[in-house]
Amino acid sequence: MIVTAAPARSPRHALYDGDLRSLLLIRHFERALLRLFEQGVLSGTTHTCLGQEYVPVALSALLRDDDFVFSNHRGHGHFLARHPDPHGLLAEIMGREGALCGGVGGSQHIYHRRFLSTGVQGESLPVATGVALKLAGSGALACAYIGDGTWGEGAVYEALNMASLWRVPLLVVVEHNGIAQSTPTSAQMAGTIAARAAAFGVRHHHVTSTDVGEIREALAPLVDTVRAEPSPLVVEFATHRLGPHSKGDDTRPPEEIRRARESDWYDRYAEADPERFARIDREQRELVERVVAEVSARPHSRPGGSA
Amino acid sequence: MTRVSEHINQALHDLMESDPSVHLLGEDVSDPYGGAFKVTRGLSDRFGSRVRSTPLSEGAIAGVGAGLALAGDKAIVEIMFSDFVALAFDQITNFAAKSTSMYGRPVPVPLVVRCPTGGNRGYGPTHSQNPQKHFIGVPGLSLFEMTPFHDAGELFARMFRLARPCLFFEDKVLYTRQMYRTDDLFRFELVDDVARVYLDGAGRPDCTLITHGGLVHRALDAMRTLLLEDDLVCELLVPAQLYPVPRLPGLEDARHVCVVDDGTEGGSWAAEVATALYPRLWGRLRRPITLVNSADGVIPAAPHLEREVLVQADSIRAAVKEGLS
Repeated sequence: MIVTAAPARSPRHALYDGDLRSLLLIRHFERALLRLFEQGVLSGTTHTCLGQEYVPVALSALLRDDDFVFSNHRGHGHFLARHPDPHGLLAEIMGREGALCGGVGGSQHIYHRRFLSTGVQGESLPVATGVALKLAGSGALACAYIGDGTWGEGAVYEALNMASLWRVPLLVVVEHNGIAQSTPTSAQMAGTIAARAAAFGVRHHHVTSTDVGEIREALAPLVDTVRAEPSPLVVEFATHRLGPHSKGDDTRPPEEIRRARESDWYDRYAEADPERFARIDREQRELVERVVAEVSARPHSRPGGSA
Repeated sequence: MTRVSEHINQALHDLMESDPSVHLLGEDVSDPYGGAFKVTRGLSDRFGSRVRSTPLSEGAIAGVGAGLALAGDKAIVEIMFSDFVALAFDQITNFAAKSTSMYGRPVPVPLVVRCPTGGNRGYGPTHSQNPQKHFIGVPGLSLFEMTPFHDAGELFARMFRLARPCLFFEDKVLYTRQMYRTDDLFRFELVDDVARVYLDGAGRPDCTLITHGGLVHRALDAMRTLLLEDDLVCELLVPAQLYPVPRLPGLEDARHVCVVDDGTEGGSWAAEVATALYPRLWGRLRRPITLVNSADGVIPAAPHLEREVLVQADSIRAAVKEGLS
């Protein structure tokens, strides 16, 4: 199982209002999706990032407008941390007017400005390497979110090899939540991600903190190096998925789910700054409720014209 | 007198010279090697880092090409032997092709995947295939093939204008042939981008053959024998665009139609062409369209065994005679 440092009960850095808003927007958005599924309102499937929200929120301040972000099946948080447009995202997921991609892409296939997600594991890394090849020297980078399970795909190694050989500004963010759908990492990964990165001469940084400020402080100089050298970097987050893989398919034993909950940022930030947290928590919960009501009332989407 | 490989090489030089946004990637494409078939010779010396020899990673090569295209440039990717394009199937079909439409609006992906293809060189089962059929009917993907009658530069320009990924097949034996040359008995012209090879002044042919670039010379050999020994006049249509199947000119008067395809039989390009033609020619056809394909088997290395499996001039001749009998 994944080894995580026991999270500090009290965060070392106070959160900016904007970060807290972003964290709670994602949390309430994901909770709303699971509710909508229970109500039978959503079709298909969805993968929520409950518990992992702080990863893209911490990174968002380190990314520039001209960076390219590649996301995966569990990408709602990645999107909302970069583009706080819950209307567009929910409309896409529900196939309603105002959808980011006309309802064609749905939860896993979003292309908005320089944010692109796709649903096949590992597929984005070679593409991100190509984009990074183009961006090299401009100061911009390509950032690709993958999971621990993604390391089973050969595309990851083909891309890391090229990214290292060609010195491209590729930031690989690994959300290592210890489980690939239902299979624990111990049953699907030999060795470590650090050793795999080392084999390609790619820098690796391990993040155990869930403290947004602390994570940023540690990553800022590393991300600057990715841009300036340029060079690839693998940042591996030890994180936890609080919810199911998709919906109602969690087969983990209760004590494991309890352990995941203990590392959640939500209660800790609530305790650290109760009044401000409660205010923003309510504000974001109500915002998502309004978004759900508004988007649900819209007519069905149609794919649009030119980009 | 220009060999087809030299002609494509010149087209790549001209393209990279005129358009600085074009990149070329593939295994061993850099100088002095210049590609397994020398088609990329001189490009890396001239265009530097826009031409890259890559690791043996067909999937990632195609993915990097798609990334460059997504970022606003254009990419030509070489797959050393078209058999290996199977390793890039996910990147081509699930990402590059789908990306043109799965985001709800047209997303340009100017990517050309060049695939040296075909047998008759004794390379054996994993280096001799014509895998075109595996890419037919993929939304967002177009298939082209080099012919001795089409200007490669114009084809590259056309594929990039489509702004969607294209596979470009180049027959390995065709590389060694001359451009714009037919058998001395026949002439050729381009009609709506389809090459028409015909016997001058012969009038209505007994049979119209339709084939792809790699089979042109075997088809011409068959046409010569059919004319001289069997007194049958054939005409040949060669589209450079394989899929979607383009409008093929002049078939309304055809006495018989025969589609010749070097891919293995079953789910073939030939069947796709016939499917496109039946509604148009129904009521005029006197007999079913004849399909000629390679045998349903792997391609052996030994030349005498390989020859039996692949489409040859004598098998085309036999099929035409049988169709007209």
